[in-house]
Formats: sequence, C-alpha cells, structure tokens
Amino acid sequence: MRRYSWRALLVAGISTLLVFGVIGLVAVNAPGWEAFRRSFLDGDNFVESAPRIIARFEVNVRLFLIAEVLILAWALVLAVVRGLKGPVLFPLRLLATAYVDLFRAIPGVLVIFLLGFGIPGLRLPGVPNDPFFWGVVALTLVYSAYVSEVYRAGIESVHPSQEAAARSLGLTQLQALRYVVVPQAIRRVIPPLLNDFIGLQKDTVLVSFIGVVEIFRQSQIRQQATFNFTPYLVTALVFLALTIPLARFTDWLVARERGRRSGGTVDATSSGGRRGRMWG
Amino acid sequence: MGIGGSETREPALVIEGLRKSFGDLDVLRGIDLEVAEHEVVCVIGASGSGKSTLLRCINLTEPIDDGRIMVGGEEITAPDVDVDRIRRGIGIVFQAYNLFPHMSVIDNITLAPRKVLRLSRADAELQAVGLLERFGLAEKRDAYPDSLSGGQQQRVAIVRALAMRPRLMLLDEVTSALDPELVAEVLNVIRELASEGMTMVIATHEMAFARDIAHRVLFLEGGAILEEGPPGEIFHAPREARTREFLQRIIDAGRL
Repeated sequence: MRRYSWRALLVAGISTLLVFGVIGLVAVNAPGWEAFRRSFLDGDNFVESAPRIIARFEVNVRLFLIAEVLILAWALVLAVVRGLKGPVLFPLRLLATAYVDLFRAIPGVLVIFLLGFGIPGLRLPGVPNDPFFWGVVALTLVYSAYVSEVYRAGIESVHPSQEAAARSLGLTQLQALRYVVVPQAIRRVIPPLLNDFIGLQKDTVLVSFIGVVEIFRQSQIRQQATFNFTPYLVTALVFLALTIPLARFTDWLVARERGRRSGGTVDATSSGGRRGRMWG
Repeated sequence: MGIGGSETREPALVIEGLRKSFGDLDVLRGIDLEVAEHEVVCVIGASGSGKSTLLRCINLTEPIDDGRIMVGGEEITAPDVDVDRIRRGIGIVFQAYNLFPHMSVIDNITLAPRKVLRLSRADAELQAVGLLERFGLAEKRDAYPDSLSGGQQQRVAIVRALAMRPRLMLLDEVTSALDPELVAEVLNVIRELASEGMTMVIATHEMAFARDIAHRVLFLEGGAILEEGPPGEIFHAPREARTREFLQRIIDAGRL
C-alpha cells in the first residue's frame, strides 16, 4: 500500500514536470516568444501599473457587494413567489416565471448596455444617469434570475412532509416557508450560491462597457498609455487571488455538506408526499 | 369508561358520508363516524385500507371529495372556512415524526405557539418545558432532532402537537417507524394523554395497545368501516369474517 502510494506520487510528479516542461519549451521556442514577452510580461510595466489597477478594484468590490445583497434578497422573493400555491396567485407566479425566463435568456452585457445607455437616454426627470447605478441594477436583474432558480431548487429539495408538519400546526403557507422550509433550503444551496457569486465577481468588469472606470477599464487605459498588455496580466492575477480561495472554500463546504448528509438526516420518508396535490 | 359524559354535549368529531379518491382509486367510500369528547378511538385495518387518509382528511391536509366533517360542532369542511384556524385546534402526529431538523427541541415545540397563538417566547418556553418535564424529555430541550432516538423524536413530535392545546389529537401510526424496543415509551405517552381525557383518533398496527387503550375500535376495510365496537368485542368476538381474517393474520404474525 505504502509502496504503491510512493510510486503514485513519483509518477504524478514526473508526468506533471513533463507536461509543463513541454508546454514551457513550446512557448519559449515559439517564433514570437521575444515579442510576446516584451508586450505581456514586462516587469517594469507590471510594477508601475499594479498599484493603480489594484486601487481601481475597489469599484468592482463595491459593485459586487451592493449587487450581491440586492440579488440575495430579490432572488428569494422571486423563488418564493414562483413556489406559492393557489389559483388566486397565478398572475404573480406568471410574472415571476416570465422575469426569470427573460433575464436568463438575454446576455448580461446586453442588459448592461440597454439599461446603462437606454434609460439615461430617456432623460426622465429624477431618474439617475450614473453608470455605476445602472451597472448594479443590471447585474442584480440578471443574477437574481439565476439565483432564484438556485433557491427554488433548494426549496424543492426540502421534503414536503416538512411543510405538511408546519401547516398541521396551524402555520400559514408563508409562515411555513419562512420558518421551516426556507431556512433548510438556504443551508443546502450555500455552495451553489457561492458558485454564482464567483461568476458575479468576474462579471463586474462588464460594467466597464457603459463607462464605469473599474479594474478592467483601468488596465485598458494603462495598456493604451504604455502600448503594453502587461496591465491585463495584473488584472487577471487580482481575480485569481480573489476567486481561487472562494472556489476552494465552496468545495470545502460541498464536501462538508455531503459528509453531513451521509451521516444520516432526520428527513421524513413516508408521510407527506405528493407536494403538488396538497392544499390545491 | 367515561365515554362522552352527558348526551347533550356536542360530539368532539362528527363525520358524515366522507368520500375521498385519488384519481380512480376510491380510498374512502362513505365514512360515518362520531367521536365523543374524551373518547379514544383506534382505527385498525390493513395497509391501504384508508386509515392515514381518514386522519389526513380530518386535519384538512387532504381536500375531501364528498361529505362533511364537524369538529366541536363547527363544520370544518365548509367552503369558506379558515383552514389554518381549524388546523390549530387539531393536533396530528405522523409516522415519520417530521420534526424540523434545523431547530432545537424547544424551538420545534414553541414555533407554532409563538407564531400562530402569538405567545411570548417566555410563555411559550415555560409551557414547553412543562410538557417536556411531564414526558421525561426535560434534558433534551436544547438538543437537535438528529441527536435523539426515534422514540424520543416521536415523543417530541407529540409534545409539539400538544403545545398548541388541541381539542382533538390524531395519531397516524406513530410507532410504525420505531425499533421495537422504543415503541413502549411512545405508547406510554399516549396512555397518559388518554388518562387525562384527551380526545384521540389513533390509526395503529399495535393491536395489544389498541385493545388496551381504546374505548372503541374501528376496523377499516377497503375505505369503509366494516365493523366497530368496544375492543373486547372486536378483538374477541368479531362479527365479520373479514375482521376475523385480519386479526388471524395479526395473531399469526405474533403481534397480538
């Protein structure tokens, strides 16, 4: 067993060295390597650009944090509305479904363009024309459509007998959702939610297209000023530094959740059932 | 046996001509039943005979197709009735406990009293602790359901229903999911409730328990009450051949 694992380690090490060695050799021996190195891997440019670019990252962080809070709240409203039962609420369900379909169908960049240029173009009195504002709105609209689906999957994963038990105690449908179903659902969907937020972090750069000077726009400005692409490398590294720890954290949460589930839950099995039929 | 007291009293539960079907399957085919206050009625019958569905209809968990159900003189199957208000007064306990896994025992018990009856947290907890002490669960108040045995979970589920001070309790095969050695502790809780005069309708496979506790036993077969009577009669001198067959199967399985 031990011998085998040493062997495995050795094989993995050698094959890794080989693969990356070959890639490196191919790159370094490419005919354009010198030109590439000058325009993408310029050390002086890197040192000079980094502080200015990193400083602009603050705009992305603000975009991200504000949008994230709005998305978490708004998406939950959408998910709950889509799950409500009763014929009277049909128009609400229809609206929420149409919303989710619409904003999942349109590319995010288009939503940002349409809102960022379109609405200020209307020159409505009292409506802000700040591109940052419309950037947050657009990201919220698009991402809440995705996140509401994540919530909904979580809500549906809670066994209907939980809702039945809550309703049998006299809780209303909304109270049962609020105190019994949604808290359990959110626990289960934290990992996929984090995944969506990794996407959101990266998509904050799209807001540069309507004139917000954030990290990507700033590196573009530096690139045009220095005729060198190294500033983009700075930006890429900033995102790597932020996103990889978050991705690892998400993996860890998923693994922990899986461990818990297999450790035995108390979910009911037999009674309940037939979610769609209950309470018509 | 103290059934019902004076005859002028409104029965706790009246069911008239109750019908329920799932698609083509007629699960309940005309049930008529009166349960007096403080009466304990056990419903026996094979799996699929409609026991659970009957209880779920009384709790308005399943919409009924035909008939009427009256609880404490009020028709709960009337079209304009407030379902949530009715459910508050009827406690139901399920085979699978259905405790809320993300809440401690005390929160499981106090949730509905606080949110539905609008009790303060202090009052709700005082009441809950009293109930937990009575049923030997006092030290479990802050435990989470998954750290409890099945028997403890089911006792907590019963306490949770009692905390709403129901006038009628429905128990749906509450011991069927339990290991045999845990059955007794749950049955003892039900015995205590019966001795305090709680009106109960109990669907059960525990024949010895039914014989012991019930004032009246109903034998359900194919969605209808085939035979009913005091336990002595049903278990020792059943009139219907089908009842005899059913009981014989139970005896053969060593459960009576």
